Amino acid sequence: MTQTPVEELITLTGSQEGEAPAGPDGDVAVHMDNVSVVYRVPHERIPSLKEYAIRRLRGQFTYEDFWALRDLSLTVRRGESVGIVGSNGAGKSTLLKVVARIFRPTQGRVIVRGQVVPLLELGAAFHPELTGVENVYLNATLLGYTRKETEARFKDIVDFAELWDFIDAPLRTYSSGMAARLGFATGTAWAPDVLIIDEILSVGDDAFQRKSRARIRAFQEQGSTVLLVTHDPGLVQAVCQRALWLDHGQIRMDGRPEEVLAAYAAR
Amino acid sequence: MIETPVQAQAVVHRRSGRSNVVYDSARHRMSFLEEIHETWAYRDLLVQLVARDIKSRYKRSALGIAWTMLNPLMMMVVLTLVFSSVFRQWDTHHYPVYLLSAMVLWNFFSQSTTAAMSQLLWGGALLGKIYVPKAIFPLAAIGTGLVNLVIALVPLMVIMLVVGVWPSWAMLFLPVPIVLTAMFALGLGLALSTLAVVFSDVVDMYQIVLSAWFFLTPIIYPESIVPEGERLWMYLNPMYYFVNLFRLPIYEGTLADPMTLVVATVVSVATLALGWVLFTGRIDDMAYRL
Repeated sequence: MTQTPVEELITLTGSQEGEAPAGPDGDVAVHMDNVSVVYRVPHERIPSLKEYAIRRLRGQFTYEDFWALRDLSLTVRRGESVGIVGSNGAGKSTLLKVVARIFRPTQGRVIVRGQVVPLLELGAAFHPELTGVENVYLNATLLGYTRKETEARFKDIVDFAELWDFIDAPLRTYSSGMAARLGFATGTAWAPDVLIIDEILSVGDDAFQRKSRARIRAFQEQGSTVLLVTHDPGLVQAVCQRALWLDHGQIRMDGRPEEVLAAYAAR
Repeated sequence: MIETPVQAQAVVHRRSGRSNVVYDSARHRMSFLEEIHETWAYRDLLVQLVARDIKSRYKRSALGIAWTMLNPLMMMVVLTLVFSSVFRQWDTHHYPVYLLSAMVLWNFFSQSTTAAMSQLLWGGALLGKIYVPKAIFPLAAIGTGLVNLVIALVPLMVIMLVVGVWPSWAMLFLPVPIVLTAMFALGLGLALSTLAVVFSDVVDMYQIVLSAWFFLTPIIYPESIVPEGERLWMYLNPMYYFVNLFRLPIYEGTLADPMTLVVATVVSVATLALGWVLFTGRIDDMAYRL
């Protein structure tokens, strides 16, 4: 596996609007080029317009910049699975959010080829008064799928979640495990080009966990790129061929999982 | 049914046509155009959000949809009792229709602009977790308001018949003021939610503005009681034109004059364009704020 020269990729993508460039660079899934994300943290929270106007007039306005990611460059090839480790606040979740286009980087450039599905806190959008059926449609359309696409996959979603007996009941009657199963089944009903997982593979009982791992594996086998953030080294070993150690918003180490995990454990 | 469970797991479904999509964070010069495109791609979500709001509103109440009917009817009775005597010198005969026709439109306007803010703040928890075009939330608020407006037309018709105002052909014109008011409400709702994301007191402040605005608009009182010298404020109030455009076909069975239509159209188009540009200009910042 040779690394793609950065300049070449940029000239290719920079010249075209919306279309994937043809040629050898077509197999780069995620490319980050000197990406920084800066959160502006005010010293005091100013929640009201009135307060803001007063402060502004007096010139009392102080804040601090927090660099969640600092000049980070990374290329992930199509079909590659990368586990990301690091202590709290190292920038792991921010990195995932930049790839999932939730945050636009403050500096630098991110290029993601294909559809990104984030499995961050599944079922966050569930509505307690709506039935399972209605929530499946709400969640799938939130992920950008159409009603028609959801209809076509609906049976498989409920099959996978094993919730046929409850699917017409309002979600408030579900246990948290049941809701999580439904969320996972909906989020993974289609194989995404890039799958983003933030600490959520431990959903449901053992049998369901085996099933969900098998589904992720099937995605990998047929070419999905996986970015995984977890505190479980075993999971990185099991799922990924590459690991990143993030520290203070920068890549401290990038390599094979066993090497990176060993170094991270010995820090 | 022929598939065994093991095979079923191995079958992976791909979406067609999405693998060519490229997201490039550096390409965002025209955010107000980009957001139109993105919102259109998520139009099925818009329908789901509106359906969710309508369903969750009616699901747990025993009277269900009857509430939307009862609420204006009850208020009608109260207001008619109170104000019929106040406006005695004026033709109070059809006062309930005069009042309710404007109330229906005002409620749509005030509720959907308020909901536009709370929808985005609700969506905020979500916007930190997945990418969704943000304009979807204010849009859904207006969509829900439109559905409720159409439902509210039923008790309005009932009151018309009870009071003895016969529906005229002019009512076929009603979609025009409804669409124009919706555009105005969306523009204002977008501008307000842009502010509300940063300052949470905007929601409360707007409620105060709304109650003043309500009394400055000829809704419960006839236009004629406003003294000649103080009509400028009335003419500067956009809601005056929307209310007239909506009320005349119902109450008098006539269309408003062309000038009213022109003013309402210009105001609604300009407000929507302004609100959209303001909102989309701050869109990258919103994910950090919410």
